Amino acid sequence: MADQATFAEVAMEHMGSLYSAALRMTRNPADAEDLVQETYLKAYRSFNTFQEGTNLKAWMYRILTNTFINNYRAKKRRPEESEVDDVEELYLYRRLGGLEAAAAGRSAEEEVLDRITDAEVKEALESLPEQFRMAVLLADVEGFSYKEIAAILDVPIGTVMSRLHRGRRGLQKRLFDFMERRLVGERD
Amino acid sequence: MDGPGGHGECKEIVHRLYHFLDGELDENRRLAIQAHLEACLHCLEAFDFEAELRQAIARKCREPVPEALRVRIALSIHHPLS
Repeated sequence: MADQATFAEVAMEHMGSLYSAALRMTRNPADAEDLVQETYLKAYRSFNTFQEGTNLKAWMYRILTNTFINNYRAKKRRPEESEVDDVEELYLYRRLGGLEAAAAGRSAEEEVLDRITDAEVKEALESLPEQFRMAVLLADVEGFSYKEIAAILDVPIGTVMSRLHRGRRGLQKRLFDFMERRLVGERD
Repeated sequence: MDGPGGHGECKEIVHRLYHFLDGELDENRRLAIQAHLEACLHCLEAFDFEAELRQAIARKCREPVPEALRVRIALSIHHPLS
């Protein structure tokens, strides 16, 4: 049984990542702050149920996700999510040349990776339907394994893999659309 | 079409790309893909891009925690603020 008095010591370090995730989930800074605060309070109060030696971050993410689903998901304060098209694999990679982004001496890959803005990445992620967004967030931003994601979302591993599969492709399509729009705009 | 995904073996390799990057392949499959990447520049470049794209996405999503929030939470969980 974990000791509640030690919670703060071990839990504070995860705040940055929980806060970022909360922003992507709620898409609203005020809600994100409330969500994170509620998560910490719940985690603190139930810390005696946490099994020491297991993954604390994953445990807190489960609380975050459940709290989001139960209390925040219904609020619609931001633009609607749009459907994910099922595009081919390596979607963005295959279209790098078409972006005509490369300045002298730089590869198109480098250009794209440098020039995609934080805002574009966040917007692209936030426009994904929630189920896909959560999976991509947990895997690609937070680095959880499929098994951990399955436990956090309380779904089978197969579901995790399929949501990741579609979510990642949807994300690439959106990133490409942003880059193309911006680069065409700059050119004209 | 030439390049990753275009030839028989490369197509198979690309299908496994994400499981590989996710570290979710068993040892045998992982080694097989590793070997292919060492021999196939086309696939290696595609894999490199995907790995870097993922890192860029993670980096660009990082948000600093507002100080007021940090303090509020610390107080609520009885964390001694230094």
